[in-house]
Amino acid sequence: MGYQTSKLSQLSSREIYWKLFTITLTLSACTFGGGFVIISMMQQKFVEKLRWLEEEEMLDMTAIAQSSPGALGVNIAIVVGYRIKRIAGAVVCTLGAIIPPLVIISLISIFYNEFKDNTYIAIALQVMRAGVAAVICSVVIDLAKNIFKTKSILWIGLMFAAFVATCFFNVSAIVIIIVCGLIGLINVQFEDRKEKKS
Amino acid sequence: MIYLRLFTAFLQIGLFSFGGGYAAVPLIQNLIVEKNQWLEMSQFADLITIAEMTPGPIAVNSATFVGQQLAGLPGAIVSTLGCILPSFIIVLILSYFYMKYRSLKTMQGILTGLRPAIVAMIASAALSLLLLALFNSSLGDIHLSDFRVIECGLFVISLFLIRKFKVGPIPIIFGSGIIGTILYLITGLPIAK
Repeated sequence: MGYQTSKLSQLSSREIYWKLFTITLTLSACTFGGGFVIISMMQQKFVEKLRWLEEEEMLDMTAIAQSSPGALGVNIAIVVGYRIKRIAGAVVCTLGAIIPPLVIISLISIFYNEFKDNTYIAIALQVMRAGVAAVICSVVIDLAKNIFKTKSILWIGLMFAAFVATCFFNVSAIVIIIVCGLIGLINVQFEDRKEKKS
Repeated sequence: MIYLRLFTAFLQIGLFSFGGGYAAVPLIQNLIVEKNQWLEMSQFADLITIAEMTPGPIAVNSATFVGQQLAGLPGAIVSTLGCILPSFIIVLILSYFYMKYRSLKTMQGILTGLRPAIVAMIASAALSLLLLALFNSSLGDIHLSDFRVIECGLFVISLFLIRKFKVGPIPIIFGSGIIGTILYLITGLPIAK
């Protein structure tokens, strides 16, 4: 923790804002395939490369982004910005997240017919999915490893149960968040009581 | 006042689109096509196609598209701001409480329960994306005959480069875009759809 905060504090505010802006801008511009892809990329960038955030924080922030209305990719940028540089950081990250779609869609809506019928664009958009899938799979491997490291049957079981629920039964994210949050709450009360008894 | 109407319509979309992605589509359709009749249904279908083909969330993409069609660039900006304003406020409030209370034991308990769930949701998104890349279809609708060799090769090599050499996401995505396109052009294999 000490190392990570010192690394962030070595930078001037201006450098941090610029970095936040350029990172959210590039990630937002390159992210095909939805909010979780953005989250995976932010995880790679902010947790693994820059070490500005811890992995657990990133998961907590994902939960916050999921619990709010609106697009996941924008919400996660808002939380990350706020965590690093409060309201100003949130504004900077939000701008970074919305400028690319704003520019790209504005251009496409002007040149829609040419865009729609271009074979090269169609092929490129299709094959890029393979790269996106690899990025997000790699992040899943890292995240799942850490859940296994808890060696707790409860958390590992919960992970598999939540996976089956989302994947095969289309249970909505909000339901899963509420249920798992309650399980966590009950579990912590239970442990508290055990500690008091002993 | 078209700007105000765009702003309030997308404010509602931003406020009530829980769950993200396609969960927002029916609401957008209701407000854009049925209520305000800003787009025809065929234009709306095009919009969803574009949103799917380009980066960015569907709600933000449709705000930009509709705003641009109706009132040019200022319209696009006003609609997009309306669309993200509710989440901006709500996310900030939640983040504030998170940072203030996250060391509390109760809060820690809740967050510990949420982490496996979030990992599971990311894994589920990864699986559907992988199936889309390799078979161009979703779970429960997989046909082995749809298997795409080039995408599979790109996926394996990309994953190897990320795990072994820590190559960043952006070179991976654009690299697979460029190499994959060249391979399709050389081999002449048919593309999806």
